[in-house]
Amino acid sequence: MKKILVLMMVTAVVLTGSLVAAQTAQPKVGDKLFDFTLPVPADRADRTYLGLSGWGKTFKMADIKANLVLIEILSMYCPFCQKEAPLVNQLYEAIEKDPATKGKIKIIGIGAGNSSYETEVFRKRYNVPFPVFPDPDYDIHKKCGEVRTPFFIAVRLNPDGTQEVGYAKLGGFGEIPAFLEMLKKSAGL
Amino acid sequence: MTKKVAVITLVFIMALSVPAWAQTHSEAYKDNIYTTGELKPVDSVLKVKVGDRAPDFMLPSIAGQKVTLSQYRGKKNVVLSFVPAAWTPVCSDQWPGYNIVKDLFDKNDAVLLGITVDNIPTLYAWTNQMGKLWFPVLSDFYPHGKVAETYGVLRSDGTTERALFVIDKKGMIRYIDVHDINKRPPLESLVRELEKLK
Repeated sequence: MKKILVLMMVTAVVLTGSLVAAQTAQPKVGDKLFDFTLPVPADRADRTYLGLSGWGKTFKMADIKANLVLIEILSMYCPFCQKEAPLVNQLYEAIEKDPATKGKIKIIGIGAGNSSYETEVFRKRYNVPFPVFPDPDYDIHKKCGEVRTPFFIAVRLNPDGTQEVGYAKLGGFGEIPAFLEMLKKSAGL
Repeated sequence: MTKKVAVITLVFIMALSVPAWAQTHSEAYKDNIYTTGELKPVDSVLKVKVGDRAPDFMLPSIAGQKVTLSQYRGKKNVVLSFVPAAWTPVCSDQWPGYNIVKDLFDKNDAVLLGITVDNIPTLYAWTNQMGKLWFPVLSDFYPHGKVAETYGVLRSDGTTERALFVIDKKGMIRYIDVHDINKRPPLESLVRELEKLK
């Protein structure tokens, strides 16, 4: 009985430790991105933008048709994200305007702790042209180390199906031309 | 023996599957947010109920005005948003959300009054990080938490609950949400209640 108890205590400590580690690791450049799924957007324009095909209800990063995906972890309730929203829209426009990046670099937002109603409010209020997905129970937010918002993660989608973080940083991304150049380089464009 | 082992195993599994306390906060506040950890979800007993006349009050705002509840009687529906304390995690990411949906309040002929038990200078410094707020921010600091106490949302540590009261133009309470202090009430619940006032 004692042995069983000790074994359980050890297991509990190890499991708790690994859970905490899993929940606190912020993505770093060179990392493989944490695994997560998102619901296929109901809006056809969003599906077309992401290049999602098929009838599935959910998709993974690897399903997005792009060389690189920029993920913004945001919240409708975050004043910095609100302030940054027009700049992210400008970045989107710059990507779409450049034939070298259009269709190859894509942006998605993830609303940490936001319901779908709340992410829609954010999109409408700031005319956000790219899809923003709700993360109401902070599932994805926990996987990326409970980062503050906004947090930007650029992920390179390799042809062999692997993914690698090329940029991961808290706060605004600064000047758009320099940032876009960095994204291009990271995407191998 | 086997039963005991089974019970212990169950307790361990339950302990490990308890969801971690979830929160996020904006980089707008840098490192200035005090981590409270998980708190007792509710720590007070309501003294008003839906259908009651909302107790009137007069509180100072950070804009230097005295705001009374009765000044809106016959003119506007009122939402009271009590948040526990300035510079704490969930509160800091609640009012900035309301700040971008003034149109939803306008559409339902409602005003919002944000209330905490902090003093005016603290509220001023804290709300400055949120951008310019369109709604009055009121201080229930002195006598400490008097309004919160009247409504029954003053917690035993002197902070308030995370509570929403919807009061119609006649001054009657139409909706109360004393929310789990650790979580933010979803916006759609409040909007749904505002739409019912029509």
